[in-house]
Amino acid sequence: MSNIPTELKYASSHEWLRSEGNGVYTVGITEHAQDLLGDMVFVELPEVGDSVAQGDDVAVAESVKAASDIYAPIAGEILEVNEALTDSPELVNSAPYTDGWMFKIKASDEAEVAGLLDAAGYKNAIDEE
Amino acid sequence: MAQQTVLYAKHLEAGAKVVDFHGWDMPLHYGSQIEEHHAVRQDAGMFDVSHMTIVDLKGARTREFLRFLLANDVAKLTVPGKALYSGMLNEAGGVIDDLIVYFLTEDFFRLVVNSATREKDLAWINTQAKAFDVSVTERPEFAMIAVQGPNAKAKVATILTAEQQAAVAGMKPFFGVQAGDLFIATTGYTGEDGYEISVPEAQAAEFWQQLLDAGVKPAGLGARDTLRLEAGMNLYGQDMDETVSPLAANMGWTIAWEPSDRNFIGRAVLEQQKATGTAKLVGLVMEQKGVLRHGQRVVVAGGEGEITSGTFSPTLGYSIAMARVPASTGDSAEVDIRGKLVPVKVVKPSFVRMGKKVV
Repeated sequence: MSNIPTELKYASSHEWLRSEGNGVYTVGITEHAQDLLGDMVFVELPEVGDSVAQGDDVAVAESVKAASDIYAPIAGEILEVNEALTDSPELVNSAPYTDGWMFKIKASDEAEVAGLLDAAGYKNAIDEE
Repeated sequence: MAQQTVLYAKHLEAGAKVVDFHGWDMPLHYGSQIEEHHAVRQDAGMFDVSHMTIVDLKGARTREFLRFLLANDVAKLTVPGKALYSGMLNEAGGVIDDLIVYFLTEDFFRLVVNSATREKDLAWINTQAKAFDVSVTERPEFAMIAVQGPNAKAKVATILTAEQQAAVAGMKPFFGVQAGDLFIATTGYTGEDGYEISVPEAQAAEFWQQLLDAGVKPAGLGARDTLRLEAGMNLYGQDMDETVSPLAANMGWTIAWEPSDRNFIGRAVLEQQKATGTAKLVGLVMEQKGVLRHGQRVVVAGGEGEITSGTFSPTLGYSIAMARVPASTGDSAEVDIRGKLVPVKVVKPSFVRMGKKVV
């Protein structure tokens, strides 16, 4: 059974969102998503400073199996990207919620966060897949 | 209802992620296909290949039959146990399957053919065998385990009896020998040293466990694909099929043109194709980030081709592929990756041999 931490928010496209305070959020992909994709080999991340809209494809997770677009769960400005993924893309597989984080975003409209799924909502979404 | 090999429970025990493979529930990986790939290149890994099809051919005219059936020539097999790799063609010169044939005795040869092509292969072989009075017997009662890697033979030796060890001592590549209940062949689909071992189904799970205890790592279909592509080995159904000539599938080396009076199925069309020319199957190497994938368009000077098999190469650390391209293609090309043209190097389709990079 896939791990779905209760303190995070989720998009049905398998991104998770964690509040860091001050309107800053960390984004990555779920354990369920990394399991579907298989061994990660390259992660293409957005540029720091990019402005993105909710739902924009901002990153690409390329596994041995397929290339998968990662979407911005909320709109905002990219503050930081996880440089460790350049040499160690496998962190997305081994630690999807911690060391495998992808980027940090400064929310332009925090109300969008409330519209995302909670852990139970995400679990329902993937059970229906 | 999908089929399962007798090792299915062992796969679940080892944490396999199971996927459908042409109607069989098979392990894609047991945690990480990249780790399993490295285990084979650096140590020893094993694959359940029990879904493959073993066909025994018997009769006084078996050799004659196979010299007609196959594009390679079994006349080359003079030492008992010697094997060769061949295409089995239809009358239009297209590849029905690729297979390995073992010469066991003058009236007994064994074929190992692909799993996905089992029905059509058996139907074809049975039809063609009639004129030669050759009996065709499938051997589904054997499971098969491929143990591959630089330490594969040494680890297998620890679980063989003294007689079995003697039977395989010094065995050269591409040989098969019956040693007690095991049929042990020095063949494989990885480019590494090792064996493919046929074992009676009732003994298979125990044999697999002994290999585990000897330190051999289970490896799934994901690793199997990255290993064979690095080794430049074709995958039937992707790199070639019935509509493809062996000349367009990097299989020209498997066609025995001499003696010129040996008629084999598809020869006439092949002769014409040799004269007029065909597309060719090449290797591609992309050192930039990204992964080359099946179906991507390849752009070359004066034409286009297509990637037949592409993947990330764990041993090289970048992406490699096989592609069918115009015969005139030189040493560079571009691949259309999601709308962007990315430059790649064109090489012979062989990237890693015995653990070493050869591109």
